[in-house]
Amino acid sequence: MATKVLMEALSPTMEEGRLVEWKKKEGDTVSAGDVLAEVETDKAVMDLVARAGGTLLKQLVTAGTTVPVAEVVAVIGQPGEEVAVEKPAGAKAAAPAPVAPPAPAAQVAAPAAPAPSAAPQTAPAPRPSERIKASPLARKIATERGVDLALVQGSGPDGRIVIKDLESARSGRVAPTAAPAAGAAVAMAPGEAYRDVPLSQIRKTIAKRLVQSIGPVPTFYLTTEVDMERVWDAREALNAGGRKGAEGESPKISFNDIVIKAVASALRQHPACNAWWQEDHIRYWNEVHVSMAVAVEEGLITPVIRYTDQKTLRQISLESRDLAARARERRLTPNEYSGGTFSVSNLGMFDIDQFTAVINPPEAGILAVGTIEQKAVVHEGALVPRRRMRITMSCDHRVIDGATGAAFLRTLKTMLENPLALVW
Amino acid sequence: MAQFDVIILGGGPAGYVCAIRCAQLGFATAVVEKDKLGGVCVNIGCIPTKALLHSAYTANLIAHDAKDLGIEVGGVKTDYGVAMKRSRRVAEQNSKGVEFLMKKHKVTVLKGEGSLLPGKKVKVGGETHEARKAVIIATGSRVKGIPQIGLEINKTTVISSDEALFLETLPASVSVIGAGAVGCEFADIFNAFGSKVTLIEALPRILPLEDAESSDVISKSFRKRKMDVFAGAKVTKAQVEKDKVTLTIEVGGKTETVQTEKVLMAAGRAVNTENMGFKEAGVQLDQRGFVKVNLATLETTAPGVYCIGDVAGPPMLAHKGSREGVFVAELLAGHKPHPIRYDNVPSVTYCHPEVASIGLTEDQCKEKKLDYQVGRFPFSANGRARASNETEGLVKIIRDKKYGEILGAHIVASHASEMIHELAVARENEYTVEEVDLAIHAHPTLSEAIAEAALDSMGRVLHI
Repeated sequence: MATKVLMEALSPTMEEGRLVEWKKKEGDTVSAGDVLAEVETDKAVMDLVARAGGTLLKQLVTAGTTVPVAEVVAVIGQPGEEVAVEKPAGAKAAAPAPVAPPAPAAQVAAPAAPAPSAAPQTAPAPRPSERIKASPLARKIATERGVDLALVQGSGPDGRIVIKDLESARSGRVAPTAAPAAGAAVAMAPGEAYRDVPLSQIRKTIAKRLVQSIGPVPTFYLTTEVDMERVWDAREALNAGGRKGAEGESPKISFNDIVIKAVASALRQHPACNAWWQEDHIRYWNEVHVSMAVAVEEGLITPVIRYTDQKTLRQISLESRDLAARARERRLTPNEYSGGTFSVSNLGMFDIDQFTAVINPPEAGILAVGTIEQKAVVHEGALVPRRRMRITMSCDHRVIDGATGAAFLRTLKTMLENPLALVW
Repeated sequence: MAQFDVIILGGGPAGYVCAIRCAQLGFATAVVEKDKLGGVCVNIGCIPTKALLHSAYTANLIAHDAKDLGIEVGGVKTDYGVAMKRSRRVAEQNSKGVEFLMKKHKVTVLKGEGSLLPGKKVKVGGETHEARKAVIIATGSRVKGIPQIGLEINKTTVISSDEALFLETLPASVSVIGAGAVGCEFADIFNAFGSKVTLIEALPRILPLEDAESSDVISKSFRKRKMDVFAGAKVTKAQVEKDKVTLTIEVGGKTETVQTEKVLMAAGRAVNTENMGFKEAGVQLDQRGFVKVNLATLETTAPGVYCIGDVAGPPMLAHKGSREGVFVAELLAGHKPHPIRYDNVPSVTYCHPEVASIGLTEDQCKEKKLDYQVGRFPFSANGRARASNETEGLVKIIRDKKYGEILGAHIVASHASEMIHELAVARENEYTVEEVDLAIHAHPTLSEAIAEAALDSMGRVLHI
């Protein structure tokens, strides 16, 4: 008699678990108590233990799959025993169809896109190539609730998904792909615009709690004061050096241009802050597109300087002027004010010391730039007047944690205090 | 002692259909039937009443519509006896048809009264038969009177549908007590043949299980045909004499006296659970008197004993019983049959116009506090209905506002019984109102009214 191995509730609050790794292969002999697999719960990675001895006849889910509690993940029995796993009704025994895995039905056998070796194996969410069978009503409800039908096991005729099946499926269940190991650097992969990373259980729990606590975009703020003496001097030198060059007349470089350039360069080093919150996954951008807030008559618009990190200060300066001018004339096209990966808002010209800016979703961060003013500060042991600027970063806590944001801000501060870093 | 895989107690629409499916699945199957195959439905229910209703329809057509349609028929005479005899022939044919089906599928028919013995055994006459796999109870139901108010069925002046179906002559006047499907159908028949009909219903409206708007259409139609319709009426006294019955009824605070040649008891049915050894075999009944079953498997409290049809619980409808029969047969064969959705059993009353429905009534939607939108389309605006001079009625679709789910559908129309299945298919497959509209409906048909009602529920009706 075969025994079904269920996804067990390994913590009191666990509703689903991600099967991280199989510890036993199909065909392995197991005894009760053996660790079959590692499962990541909402809290930690824990062992899924065999409750019966025999042979592991069938693994029904692939490593990386997120499985609701109480779903069957494997079958233990005697060698050669018929595995009585529910096949979709009507499935012919002769048909070459493999035993349908329950719950997350997506085939994970991932002939993934040729991922660069540096990047963790994170293929885009796999979907069965065939049409998903679902009733129209189930489709509507799934759309409304954000349930991915590819991950729902249908109980209707021939595995068709009906309303009943959605009652157990919860919204926003992630695609069964491998998440990078906790703490692993989010490496950039050249050639790809972005990389979607599924939410780990801890990420999901954090997101859920934060949204409950603060609101749809759980924001926190980090403020630091930057010494602007060197930027001041560098800007003076740049603007004084004559604006005629091989590429025609140069514009007058603004502090904001320098800040934008620095932000883009810092984002390059801190891709964890160059990301979009996508409800069921986080999109880490490999490209840096900085949005800049521009006050216009009716309010505010955020045109985007594309590939900001790859542009020279001069290009950024020219482009920001053009975008700002056309923004005021309301002559921007939609693609010129959408698709940013991080924003900069500057109220320095209004003599604002410091402020907090509102995140522009799905972006995860925005930098609020205050005015530059001379302050009495202790510099090299002496009280001296120095030009200082306060910057405040608003972070979407679902994407950016305190330490992550702080590290980015420290880099930014260092760059502005040593503007030569910008040419590196 | 003969052995079978499956023995079914009762050869009605639940039992005989179950037998066919069991035989198809390779079971050695026996059906025990004390009377005629086909049960109440075929012999003294669905089928013969439909034959009489067709006579009634034709009588109404000739009497009321023919002249307008350009056909003059002089000296129209009706003869209930002739209509009755025809209905018997139809019933007989159908029963013979069931007999043929049993032979065709090699189902053994055990004639006689069967009773259950412990351990999946059935006794018929003096012989005991054993079922290897299962015994299935499908013993059905029968009419019952209301003895509390002195209206015990005496089969002469106080009759049930059992007697009404065999009347040789038409009673000059009839009081029909109970205005559910049976009551409304007989009221329609007797009225069409020329009886003075009084229809009495205890609940606040006739066809109390249907949507209030459906009740309303039938009530108006019946009154137009000179029937006396009393809803919310209580029979307080019944004086039964040899050739007449005098009823005292209280309705709307007033007391009325109705004297008719016969009273037809069309309220209430009793299930057949007595004297068949159920208790001894471990088959328990629920509080309402139905056999207690596990709704997921239809197994009774006695292992290996299943129960289907009227005796297994409401709705007491032939098609519900048949489906249960197929379901149990497939379950026994180790299949995974499509679960029965008891909230998706269509209900039909075959009076004129017909009333058909599926799902929730508007009142039920209100009770459940659902957020719904009603779409309606009257047949007075339907070309085909006008061409046929049958413009009574409407299609009403109750749509869930958020997802477009078809919460309920109600049709009152000359052919409502044939039209409801579009919505039954839709609901069973979880199509929404939008999918109903997406299907192109042929013109001109009564079914266009369904598409229009669907559109109306979305605020896009075309032909009003």
